[in-house]
Amino acid sequence: MAKIIVVTSGKGGVGKTTTTASFAVGLAQRGHKTVAVDFDVGLRNLDLIMGCERRVVYDFVNVINGEANLNQALIKDKRVENLYVLPASQTRDKEALTKEGVAKTLEELSKSFDFIVCDSPAGIEHGALMAMYYADEALIVTNPEVSSVRDSDRILGILASKSRRAEEVEEPVREHLVITRYAPERVSEGEMLGMDDIIEILGVPLLGVIPESQAVLNSSNAGTPVILTEGSDAGQAYTDLVARFLGDERAHRFLTAEKKGFMRRWFGG
Amino acid sequence: MSSPASQSSAALPFDLKGSVFTLSVMHLHRLNLEDIGLRLDEKVSQAPQFFANMPVVLDLGGLSGPATSTDFAGLIALLREKGLVPVAARRGTESAQAAAIEAGLAILSEAPGGSRAHQREVSPPSESPTKAPDPTPARAAADSAGARHATRVVAQPVRSGQQIYAAGGDLIALRMVSAGAEILADGNIHILGPLRGRALAGAQGDETAHIICQSLEAELVSIAGRYRLFDEIDKSVLGQAVHIYLDGDRLVIDRI
Ligand SMILES: Nc1ncnc2c1ncn2[C@@H]1O[C@H](COP(=O)(O)OP(=O)(O)OP(=O)(O)O)[C@@H](O)[C@H]1O
Ligand SMILES: [Mg+2]
Repeated sequence: MAKIIVVTSGKGGVGKTTTTASFAVGLAQRGHKTVAVDFDVGLRNLDLIMGCERRVVYDFVNVINGEANLNQALIKDKRVENLYVLPASQTRDKEALTKEGVAKTLEELSKSFDFIVCDSPAGIEHGALMAMYYADEALIVTNPEVSSVRDSDRILGILASKSRRAEEVEEPVREHLVITRYAPERVSEGEMLGMDDIIEILGVPLLGVIPESQAVLNSSNAGTPVILTEGSDAGQAYTDLVARFLGDERAHRFLTAEKKGFMRRWFGG
Repeated sequence: MSSPASQSSAALPFDLKGSVFTLSVMHLHRLNLEDIGLRLDEKVSQAPQFFANMPVVLDLGGLSGPATSTDFAGLIALLREKGLVPVAARRGTESAQAAAIEAGLAILSEAPGGSRAHQREVSPPSESPTKAPDPTPARAAADSAGARHATRVVAQPVRSGQQIYAAGGDLIALRMVSAGAEILADGNIHILGPLRGRALAGAQGDETAHIICQSLEAELVSIAGRYRLFDEIDKSVLGQAVHIYLDGDRLVIDRI
């Protein structure tokens, strides 16, 4: 049986898709058969970040509608063993994701995968609810700013009340906090919320902190999940995050401003 | 397991019992459906799950101009379309009430014991962005005053956008109450985590109700309608474990 993990946030543009891509790659690199599923119907971009947009023939909605089978729609990654993408449709509307259709697809994926990583659309509407409904675990992606943290809090409330596990009164969805676009300099200058404040406000255990990084933009543009960009700070942070998810002990890194930043602050450079 | 014949009350098709509910009240000013629709869309989009199947009471007290049953039928259809469930009306002129009845609504009479003043006080002047209507206790039956319900225990954090009401009894929150969340109880409220949202004890007017919390960071605290907003809370008690109660008309916040 696969473990279903939703990557969600409430607020848009905080790094869900970036996180889904690197997280799925990281799990596959560690030998787990993994599929990344794009729930952002109408705005698909997981395939762009995964660099497989030119290989999309059929999509999630085709599978739900019975117009294609899963094997036709799944795209096998060319760089990493054990990794697949189930792309979203660019042309359909979100209502195409029915509860029954999603259930059936996830059930079928469960038979052959270890992990199913669901990239949620922003907001708290249908698409986001569908992405989280069947989840066993959730990565709550938050930026260090008040509005993002507030939206994450709201999504946590919905997970705790509207997910299948909540409705069927099973063990609750296991929650993990992922802070992305963390800029220690701006935190120390009081322009952004600090890591400890965010953990305190949300009351959810921290899985990882991903620094604000130019490497993310470069990698996304190249269609390479940043975890595959050797030596990049964000890539290393995602590798650590995956290791922690799988039970390894790893200290959190990239939490303090670099020397350069510190000096710049003092000398106004 | 249980044979209906063995219990005399179970032999009856139903029992009629009084109960007390918190209902959201929509204070109508004009019956312009287009305006109401637009405003509702705004509100609903901010917290769709909060509004889904939410019962509402229409307050006709502020309604200017005449209202016909056709007006109400249109309004009811609109509210239902937006996911709300209009159940009753209150106040307003006799003819407005008659029109509301004709459109299928019940009429709620004023609760005894100065509940109007209470209701005005519990809704703070600034509008919370997360929800539109102010929760106002309404008496669904006159003989409910003595009803005492079990304590409601909330084991999970109360998150932004959520509202929890312990009708007729106490509420114990074992985790935090986030900013943008609201908890209400007719009795006492105990919060074992930080209180960052709103807590309203004695929601039916019980002036002997207390609030106890481990860390006071609240947006609003209220007992029997006497409330204090975050900005009005003495800085020396912020972040502290506190005991909140009424001394006469005065809301007291003591460190514990
Ligand atoms: N750690 C980071 N450092 C710098 N930029 C980042 C980081 N993470 C994400 N971004 C950038 O932020 C933008 C939004 O990222 P992404 O698409 O992953 O967010 P999203 O939450 O999936 O957005 P949406 O809600 O629209 O689906 C992208 O331009 C991405 O490159
Ligand atoms: Mg995205």
